[in-house]
Amino acid sequence: MAGDINPMEQFQVEPVFGHHIVLGGYDVSFTNSALFMVVVFMLLALFMAGGLKRQLIPGRWQVAAESAVGFIDDMMRVNIGPEGKKFAPYIFSIFMFILFANLVGVLPIAILPHLHTFAVTSHITVTAVLAFLSFGIVLAVGFWRHGFHFFSLFVPHGAPAWLMPVIIPVEFVSFMVRPFSLGLRLFVAMTAGHILLEVFGSFVVQGLNAGVGGSWLGWIVSLLSFVMIIGVSALELLVCAIQAYVFALLTSLYLNDAVHLH
Amino acid sequence: MTDLGAMYIGAGLAAIGVGLAALGVGNVFGSFLEGALRNPGAADGQQGRLFIGFAASELLGLIAFVVAILILFVVKK
Repeated sequence: MAGDINPMEQFQVEPVFGHHIVLGGYDVSFTNSALFMVVVFMLLALFMAGGLKRQLIPGRWQVAAESAVGFIDDMMRVNIGPEGKKFAPYIFSIFMFILFANLVGVLPIAILPHLHTFAVTSHITVTAVLAFLSFGIVLAVGFWRHGFHFFSLFVPHGAPAWLMPVIIPVEFVSFMVRPFSLGLRLFVAMTAGHILLEVFGSFVVQGLNAGVGGSWLGWIVSLLSFVMIIGVSALELLVCAIQAYVFALLTSLYLNDAVHLH
Repeated sequence: MTDLGAMYIGAGLAAIGVGLAALGVGNVFGSFLEGALRNPGAADGQQGRLFIGFAASELLGLIAFVVAILILFVVKK
């Protein structure tokens, strides 16, 4: 088919400078994924540096940074309690990184030739590392505070003893599956959104081609798809924020389990 | 029926789960709104639980989507 657009092409990780650098059998070249992680980091550093002026009468920027910090602080206080304060820096970092990475991923700079954004969080390698980091902190906090008593997490209060052979494996599996569901949710939500945008984008291009070729239906399809892209983009912005929030929220809930053991 | 045709039908069937998860997510938000309109004072305190319910039901739809994508792109033709 002429003008065929592959919706998976946008997720390809490739070296920025065109050639692979192989070190000891591993490809260590600077990829577009790494580039966009650096971009996200720089934006984040800029946002925080601009917000940390500590003026008595805060400007808009400082209010934005302070309300982001306050938002996570509130989440910690509600979900974990007073002990949650010391986890706030980690949750805040992971929330802001995911939020910025998601938002940078949907920036429409692809209308400029040879430029396109890369959604860092649309790769399970990235989201799984974030999820395993959260899970590792949960394990470390749990064993640090409770020692082997941490395993009582798998034994719910008030359950009858004869139910234990069933309920302990179920609780164990549901505990061990947490990092996978945490990473998978973010990765799939972002991937699905980007595929959807790309598919409607290809409808616009193919509709224009058909319209130029003499079919009036092509113009209509193209126009409707373009309107749809605007709507889906708005939805994507919402999903970006919700997924970052959900990741932070679930991490804080798991931390609450580790701190309080039910 | 060819193998390729069967694969496409399978991917389409897997996508039914996405629609069912849409019902689930709609149910979460609909029930929340119903409760929130009856007692708006308590609504803000329950927002965390709203998103937990949303995340749980959304995940199942996303897994259905992953199955469809696996069938389409990963299973060897």
